[in-house]
Parts: sequence; C-alpha cells; structure tokens
Amino acid sequence: MKAKVHVFLKPGVLDVQGKAVEGALHGLGWADVKNVRVGKTIEFDVADGANAEADVKAMCEKLLANTVIESYRIELA
Amino acid sequence: MLNARAMKAAVVVFPGSNCDRDCKVAVERSTGAQVDMVWHKDTSLPDDLDLIVLPGGFSYGDYLRCGAMAVQSPVMREVIAAADRGVAVVGICNGFQMLTEAGLLPGALLRNEKLKYICKPVGLDIVNAQTRFTAAFQGQRDATMTIGNGEGNYFADEETLDRLEGEGLVVFKYQDNPNGSARDIAAIMNPKGNVLGIMPHPDRAFEPELGSADGALLFQSVMNSA
Repeated sequence: MKAKVHVFLKPGVLDVQGKAVEGALHGLGWADVKNVRVGKTIEFDVADGANAEADVKAMCEKLLANTVIESYRIELA
Repeated sequence: MLNARAMKAAVVVFPGSNCDRDCKVAVERSTGAQVDMVWHKDTSLPDDLDLIVLPGGFSYGDYLRCGAMAVQSPVMREVIAAADRGVAVVGICNGFQMLTEAGLLPGALLRNEKLKYICKPVGLDIVNAQTRFTAAFQGQRDATMTIGNGEGNYFADEETLDRLEGEGLVVFKYQDNPNGSARDIAAIMNPKGNVLGIMPHPDRAFEPELGSADGALLFQSVMNSA
C-alpha cells in the first residue's frame, strides 16, 4: 500500500519559509492570505498488513519527523 | 599546560562535511593532540579518545533535516556510546544539529529568523566558565568566533530553556543575536558536562591571524580536562 507522510513545523514554531511565501502572496495581490505553512510530503510503498500504520508511525518518530519541532500526519491507501 | 600523555582526538567525516580538515588542523595546532579522521561508515572509533569532533558542513546535503541522515550513520552508534562513557564530544554547527537529532542534546536548530545564511565573526558571552569546554578561558568573560549557518536558530520549549539556564547548561550566548536563537543561545552542553553543541566555529578562530584565537582555548579546555 501507499503511505503518505505530511510533515509540518508545529504551531508555535516560527515557520520563516511560510512567512516569506505569505509575504510574496500578499505582494501578488492576495492580501487576505494568512497562516501560510510550508511543509513536506514523503511518499513510499509499504507492505499491506495490520502493522503498516504502526510501522509508518515508528518511521515518523524515528526519522521522518523531528517531533521536537515538527508534527506529522499519515495517510495510508 | 597540557598533560604529558599524548592526547587523542577524532574528527568524524560525513559525506558533505566541509569543516573536517579545519577541525583537524585547529585541534592539532591548539593542543598538540593526535587527530584521526574517522569515516562515517566506520563501526569503531580509535581507542582512548579524549575528544570527538562532529564537524560543520552539509552532511548528506541537509536532506530531510540538517543532521538527520548523519545520525543514522554506523559510526554515530559509537559516538553515542563514547558520549555515554564520558568522552568529550564537541559538535560544531552541523555537528550541533547532529547532536540534537541524536537526542544527545535537547532542542533543535531552525531556519534563521531572516532566512539568510550568515557568515561573520560574532561576539559571545561565556555564560558558564566552569565547564570542560571553557575552563581555559580563565578570567575571560567573552569570546569571538565566526558563525556560518543558515539553520542556527536554536529552539526548545520554555521548560527546556528554563532548565538549560537554571542548570548552567548554556555555555555561550550571542551578544548580538544574529539568527533568532532562543534566549540568545549559541552553545549548550548536556547535564553530565561532556557533550557540547556550538553554532559558532572554534575551528575558524584558533590563531590570531584568523581574527581570534578563542577557539583554541575551547579545545585546550577539553584537553586539560582529559
């Protein structure tokens, strides 16, 4: 099955990249855009099975996200 | 000033490290120690090390997060074990990022507040002069070293920051915070006092010709404590 992991800086951790993108969008005329956050998506194939979700969660905790500053969301399909 | 026994240090080389040679020369010239280069795929470290340096650079091209891939290198298991045994470990710049990723130090290094890569000499306050990394500074209250980082903005939750400050684990602070670092933090150590993460480069400040020799005092402190 396909796993997608979305990683973003936690709310409260300053996302300077998001701020810069927000400023650029304002500059292009979308003045009401707020709270831009730049994150990343990591996709991969994992074996089907009861453990898939637990495995991907462990991958996030150990490597894919730094939970000191980042939160993650897992999609399995 | 230095012990009679030949001092030994190792610099770990990761793909993308670019201050590894500087660290070797800096430690050799500052302390007279024998410095071995250790490849990141090695599964053992030289015996009887007094100091392990994790150098600056862009290990693994900063893929995923700065330092995140380097921490998965085989040699890091040995570095962590050595740190647990009490061997002095100094992580400089990218090396500091590795130490936080490895969980040897708390917190994380974020993108600089103004998004820019900053390379310049900075003034530092020596916050704790009673450490294995600062003892040789003696009466000196401040130091100058060069920073070179795009992600040097130290972050930790308030509770952790309070603990770091309360327990004397903040070793250097910026006099004029260049990157938005929480509480002006430039360098921290672990509670045991043998693992230092420092954003400014002592390896770029070890002779007066480089603008400052304060980095040499840091390496000398470590070797004096061995």
